[in-house]
This record gives sequence, structure tokens and C-alpha cells, in this order.
Amino acid sequence: MYVVELNDLQGLFTALSQQGYTIIGPQVRNGALTFDRMTSVDELPRGWTDHQDGGMYSIARSGDDALFSYTVGPHSWKRFLFPARLRLFAARREGKGFAVDPPAATPAPPYAFIGVRACELAALDLQDRIFMSGQYADAHYTAIRSSAFIVAVNCGRGGGTCFCSSMGTGPKARDGFDLALTEIMDGERHAFLIETGSSRGKDARAAMQAREADPSEIARAAAVSRAAESTMGRALDTSGLAGILAENFEHQRWDDIAKRCLACANCTMVCPTCFCSTVEDVTDLTGDHAERWRRWDSCFTSDFTRVAGGNIRMSTRTRYRQWMMHKLSHWVEQFGSTGCVGCGRCITWCPVGIDITAEAAAIRGANVATTNG
Amino acid sequence: MPAKRPKVAVFKFASCDGCQLSLLDAEDQLLAVAGAVEIANFPEASRRIVKGPYDIGLVEGSITTPHDVERIREIRKECRFLLTIGACATAGGIQALRNWKDVKEYTRLVYASPEYISTLDRSMPVGSYVHVDFELRGCPINKAQLLEVVNAALNKRKPTIPTHSVCMECKLRGTVCVLVAKQIPCLGPVTQAGCGALCPSYDRGCYGCFGPMENPNPPALSKRLVALGCDRRDVVLMYRGFNAYAEAFRKESDAHEK
Ligand code: SF4
Ligand code: SF4
Ligand code: SF4
Ligand code: SF4
Repeated sequence: MYVVELNDLQGLFTALSQQGYTIIGPQVRNGALTFDRMTSVDELPRGWTDHQDGGMYSIARSGDDALFSYTVGPHSWKRFLFPARLRLFAARREGKGFAVDPPAATPAPPYAFIGVRACELAALDLQDRIFMSGQYADAHYTAIRSSAFIVAVNCGRGGGTCFCSSMGTGPKARDGFDLALTEIMDGERHAFLIETGSSRGKDARAAMQAREADPSEIARAAAVSRAAESTMGRALDTSGLAGILAENFEHQRWDDIAKRCLACANCTMVCPTCFCSTVEDVTDLTGDHAERWRRWDSCFTSDFTRVAGGNIRMSTRTRYRQWMMHKLSHWVEQFGSTGCVGCGRCITWCPVGIDITAEAAAIRGANVATTNG
Repeated sequence: MPAKRPKVAVFKFASCDGCQLSLLDAEDQLLAVAGAVEIANFPEASRRIVKGPYDIGLVEGSITTPHDVERIREIRKECRFLLTIGACATAGGIQALRNWKDVKEYTRLVYASPEYISTLDRSMPVGSYVHVDFELRGCPINKAQLLEVVNAALNKRKPTIPTHSVCMECKLRGTVCVLVAKQIPCLGPVTQAGCGALCPSYDRGCYGCFGPMENPNPPALSKRLVALGCDRRDVVLMYRGFNAYAEAFRKESDAHEK
């Protein structure tokens, strides 16, 4: 493990820029920490933190100079890898049929993502399984993902809606990064412990004035992750949960949620693992040119489940149930793990603060009561 | 392109003309529209009137007088595909605020000789009197959506007009939620998409211009609005905008007035 002082961190940004990466990182925009292009350490949200709760988000001064003392914001990395809107192809009328213009080649240039949290690494891994494996691998996603340089940051504070500890995904990044940083602030000292996860990462570390970490620095970094662990705002008991939800398909709690849920789809839009999309065709007025676009869709919309003969999920009750059960139950059968990484975004960005951890606990609670009594 | 250009007619009832103007406002595309269809009746754009029947009828405005009722029935007979455009035609418009009051009181106040005013008790959407083939929401409508519906009709495909919430449009464009991050009251979660989440992108809450979304839950949203500090009157006024008489909004404002 290595250490780099704050003043030398710019070396990483310079090296990445020189290698042709488009650097994306958290920045203060419109009262939130969202992702945007950047070229310098100075653009990071120095001295900012966030407060999150169900349906509530705000940023505030942290009172120190830390670059990363907030958790995840409204954006997730999926907007770069799996864009909200993507043109799949264009077509021209030719005789009685259409000639399809192939999609543009690999989108250039490659991205470097700065400040990817442990829960987000887990989300990337889940989306990789969806988009990069098997017969229907997504060429666009694969191209961007394979070339992306990942700079992870270990959280030093659990957010108000975070529960990565429960999901076994954080707060410390284990793998899936090129570089992982832990911010160490000790009196006047402001440095970063560096771990490397790839040969690209090692090359990038070499571009900075990094030196080998001493045991006290390693211990200091471990304390940062422990602090995050102990300040986690939410918890979810996952033991046997997939089965409990499956057994409670007709639980009255679903009716109770439906009274509160707006079916607005915010939870699915902000979730870093939600991967559903729809396909829309557009034509010009002559009908000679057509385009096919993909855009994010959600199990909360009515078109999502419209099939020949009707709609298989008419009510908000069945739509919320589908969403939560897919995340916490069906996903286990489908992919061997839950589809939730505990980032808390769906709780924070739900306009009415519906909390997946509270809803799961309520269903489990009733279940326990039934089996006990 | 179809061999015979379809005849399109535009009709106006109680409205401000803003929706028709959206069609004129689509300047570059308008020439293409004019090439693809025969504009048979569009008083805002041309004095030329071609007699019916028409392939596509666009209707703007709400039905407010006995004469309107007769006229819309005639228009329905003349149009193969009837498309209503805007909040007036699809929900009764802002003028539907008078539906909560006694209209005779207003006519007495406003007109010198109220006996000449012949009006219905309520301002109603076109769909309450005749069958409508497609309703295009908005105050005003989104010109891209209007072109999409005309385009889809010409190319015999389904128009892509989503009926989900405005929230999805915020998220697609990456706008930070003003309700969650700034505690600004916003009707986006109960309102149909179509504007591209215009107001939230300018740091304002959604005013509900596109009317109720596909399965709206206004009571749940109102609870949050109250928690944000709105009193009953604020909540009533929020739902009583351009789509005040749309069922979901009407019921919710009534519930807070009791
Ligand atoms: S379900 Fe919620 S907490 Fe879990 S990954 Fe998605 S947004 Fe994060
Ligand atoms: S869920 Fe864990 S890893 Fe993700 S932001 Fe919160 S503390 Fe960090
Ligand atoms: S759970 Fe919340 S964010 Fe998700 S659809 Fe319901 S109200 Fe919207
Ligand atoms: S700003 Fe309004 S419309 Fe946009 S996501 Fe928030 S509640 Fe929905």
C-alpha cells in the first residue's frame, strides 16, 4: 500500500488526462453532489458533506477540507455506461424495405470515474452481469465499461440512508477498481492511502509522488472504514429474506405501501442496478427515415407491462411488489445474489420517503410473528 | 408519402390559441407538415377553408356554451381522427375554475347586459360530449408531441406519448429533484410527462400542466406537501391550475377544501 499527499494528487488527474481519459467526478451542482467532467483536483467538492434521509437530501459545509466526506448523490455511474437515452440505429427506406445504418463504433474517449464508492463498485459488478455476459451482451455498455478507469474512494462516514454493511458490499472497496483511495486527515496532514487493483492502476500510481505506507497510516485508513461502518444510517436483515418475501406475496403491507407510493418511478431511475429500458421508434414525416432509440424504463410505468390482451400489472401495489421482490428475492434465483447494494438512493430520492429497509422489515416482522404464534 | 394528402383541420373553442400556435411555432417542421398534409382549415395560419370531411381534426379549447356543443358534434361527424390538444380541450382548462362557482353571478358582474350571454354551467373537456381518438395534454402542448401524433397518424404507427410521471423526465435528463433537495412543492409525481421536466430544471416545482399521470396518487403527495409546510389552501390552489377539473386533481382539491 502506498500514500500520496493531497498536493500530489493532481498527478493522477494529469496522468489520466494525458492518457486521453475523460475524467468524471462528483461536483457541487444545483444543491447536490452530481457527476460532471473535470480535469483538476480543485474541482472536487472540498469541504462539502451531505445529509440524507427518506425523501430528503441536502448538502452542507463539512467544517474541514476533506474532498470526499459525502456519500452517494442523485446520479449513479449507470448514466455513463447505460445512458438514459441511446440511439440504437437509424434506417432509410429502400424500395419496399429499409436499409439499416449500423450504430456508431465505440464511443470515445474512455472515461475515468473518480470517487466510486464500494456500493457502486458492487452495482457495476451487478450491471456487468446483466449487460456483458451471454448471448445478448450489450456492445455499447461493454465498450465503455472495458475502457473505463475506476478510482474508488472508501467512505469515512455512512450516509443517512446507507446500508452497504448489511448487503456485504461496503463501506470498504474490496475489488473492481484500478485505484482505491482512503482519505486520511490528521491535524495538518491531508493524504490518501492508495491501493491498486490492476496494472493500469499501478501505472497511474507511479505517475504520482506516492511512497510506501507505514503501519500507522494503514491503521489510520482502517479506522476510516470502521467509522463509516459505525455511522451507517440504515440496516437490512437479509437472512432468509428472499424466501420470506416469496412467502408473503399477498401480505397486507403491499396494500399499505400502495397507499403511500406515487408510482413515480424515481426509485428505479436512481437505483444503480436497475437496468430496464424500452425501445421507441421515430420516423420523419415522410416515413423515409426512421430511428430506434432505447431509453430507461421502469416497472412502475403502465407501458412496461402492457402486453397483447391487456396489462399484467395494473395497480401500484403489484408494481411496488414487483420492484422490491425483484431486488431482494427473484434476483437471488436469477443471478445468485440480491439486486440491491445498499446505496440508499431509492430511499433518499423517493418524494415520499418510502424505505426499502423498513418495508422489508415490516414484512419480515409479521412473518416472524406468524411463525412464532 | 401517401398518394393523396390527408386533409387536416384545426378548430377552436374556449381557449387562448396557445396550443394552435405551437403548431405554427414548429417552424422548420411546419413546412414538412404542410407538404405532407393539406391544411384544410386553420384560421390562425390561413383564411383558406376547404370543406370537410377531414382526415384529422385538431380541436383546441373547452366546451362552454350550448352552441359549442352543437358545433363539436358537427365537427366529430366531419373528422375521421379527432385529436384534442391542450388542457382546455382535455380537461376544461383554467376557465374550468368557474365550475366551482355560480356562472350567472360572474356574467352579472362582467357583462352590462348579461341576458345576452348564453353559457353552460361548466367548462368541460371535448371528451365529455363526443368520442375523442387521442388526447394531447399540456398547457400549452409540447410542439414535438404534436408533430409526433400527426407524424404517427401519417405513418400509421403508434405515437410515442408516455403517460408516466414528470419525475421520470427529471431523472432522464439528470435534473436534481427540487422536492427532495430543496423542499420545493412539486406536482411532478402525479403529473403526466410531456414538457421534459421544464420547471424542475429551472428550480421550480411542477405546476401540473400536463394533467394527472396514468395512475396518480395525489393524496399521498399532498401529505408530503403538507409536511413541507403547505396549508390546506395552498394544496387546493396547487391542484386548481390548468387541469383543475381533471378528475384526480379535482377530487384532491375538493378533499382539502372540506
Ligand atoms: S434498491 Fe435502493 S438501496 Fe438498493 S441498490 Fe437500488 S437504489 Fe440502492
Ligand atoms: S452505501 Fe456504503 S459504500 Fe455506499 S456511499 Fe454509503 S457508506 Fe459508502
Ligand atoms: S417507492 Fe417512492 S420513488 Fe418509488 S415509485 Fe413509489 S413513491 Fe416513487
Ligand atoms: S423535481 Fe418534481 S418532477 Fe422532478 S423528480 Fe422531483 S418531484 Fe418529480
